[in-house]
Amino acid sequence: MIDLTFYAEILPRLIAGLPLTLELAGLSVTLGFCLALILALAQRHGVIIPAIVRGFVAVFRGTPLLVQIFLIYYGIGQFRHGLQAIGLWGLFREPFWCATLALTLNTTAYGSEILRGSIASVPGGLREAARALGLTRFQTLHRIVLPLALRQALPSYGNEIILMIKGTSLASIVTLMEVTGIAQGIISESYRAIEVFVGAGLIYLTLNFTIIRLVGALETRLSRHLRRDGNTGGKPVAANLGNVH
Amino acid sequence: MKSLVLAALGVVLATAVPVAHAADAPKSITIATEGAYAPWNFVTPDGKLDGLEIDLANDLCARMKIECKIIAQNWDGLIPSLQVGKFDVIMASMFITDKRLEVIDFTRTYAVDPSAFSVPKDSDLGKAMANDAEQFNLNDEAKAKPAIDKLRELLKGKVVGVQSATANLEFLKKYFADDIEIREYKTVEEHDLDLAAGRIDAVFAQKTALAATLAKPEFADFTEAGPGFDGGVFGRGTGAGVRKADTALKDMLNKAIDEAIADGTIKKLSEKWVHSDVTPKS
Repeated sequence: MIDLTFYAEILPRLIAGLPLTLELAGLSVTLGFCLALILALAQRHGVIIPAIVRGFVAVFRGTPLLVQIFLIYYGIGQFRHGLQAIGLWGLFREPFWCATLALTLNTTAYGSEILRGSIASVPGGLREAARALGLTRFQTLHRIVLPLALRQALPSYGNEIILMIKGTSLASIVTLMEVTGIAQGIISESYRAIEVFVGAGLIYLTLNFTIIRLVGALETRLSRHLRRDGNTGGKPVAANLGNVH
Repeated sequence: MKSLVLAALGVVLATAVPVAHAADAPKSITIATEGAYAPWNFVTPDGKLDGLEIDLANDLCARMKIECKIIAQNWDGLIPSLQVGKFDVIMASMFITDKRLEVIDFTRTYAVDPSAFSVPKDSDLGKAMANDAEQFNLNDEAKAKPAIDKLRELLKGKVVGVQSATANLEFLKKYFADDIEIREYKTVEEHDLDLAAGRIDAVFAQKTALAATLAKPEFADFTEAGPGFDGGVFGRGTGAGVRKADTALKDMLNKAIDEAIADGTIKKLSEKWVHSDVTPKS
């Protein structure tokens, strides 16, 4: 039933799309994480900035990624002359940058919510203790709050990375031939949808499995002190602040 | 694992097939079109399907005296969906090509419509070959070669948009793959938008579809350029796709199409929709 020669033929062709998939996901996850951290921190004080950030998050969490990619690609295409005037058309002319922008903004919205939650979950007592020890606000953030918050955020952020990997499959609608785009091309030649999509699915599965394991390994490493294996005696979090970053 | 997934898919597909595969004449059929290929088939602003092929489908169904339901479906899913029985007939300006004939069957040709490029009027190609009336059948490649070489020269290094999974894409890949960058779009509307936005230098599509786009005011600065091509990778014109097993349905459709050609219905419809006669000559 399974035609192995056909798989042997299509898998290399599908894998040829993997670099583009990885570029899109890698760039958008990295940029998105930086932006998400800024947005999460910006939400902690004041009234106006948190309101703007919440608006942004609501829009990008509340609309499908597909719609966002379409809007950014074809929507921006309508404002060519304005963009040419400010020198940005060169960027938006390229489908790659439009797709990267859409993916980045999308993951920023989700990521900022994950980080906001994990920052809020750091016990207030720790901040008070840091202040009592004479740490500045930046030091408190840098040495106490963020290390704990990021470790807390890791499992959900791993989820978000996987969602972004899968999100790149939508880039083919703006002419980018990543794994899914190539798969659709092969189907239109061979009309063997099941085999080709199973092949593409296997590639995504392998990729995401690797990421799950990497995130899992990082998580284990960052929570060494919580394991009751004798090294650290399973002391509570606060006692091991020095280890966590 | 793989066989498990396939088995599960097989069960899903087997239970999802709503229509009969019987070789005897059906009483009602579902016809699928793309709904994004004006003027052949498109969705009107109020959400109804319209166009030459919608009119023709209704005419054919009246001749066959059977009930028809017309639905819209993504272009690249048309043939796979026909194969698994989601509908019975494809009428979506689909060329009868050898590659498609390997997996599905087609009725006789009901329209002939060559393909060509459309470019900005002030581009090299636009200036050199605007509204070229020449016509080449790719079954005679030797005769078409000089024209293709000239196009290749003018298009060198350019980005050309084309709808994916079409004979138009086959044509570009076969004759221009090393000289141009090909960008694949899901619909003609999308490559037209990118042509207008200046992201691509040219599009390649059927002449009637180009004409429909160029008639819009936003495309006043664009023109059809270079000769038209048919035959070869474009196969034998436009036909209705059916499953290979549905021979009775194919015979009924062939008879109805013959009648529609003979009494001038196709000529009348094509003049209404594409302002030229696309009736097949033979």
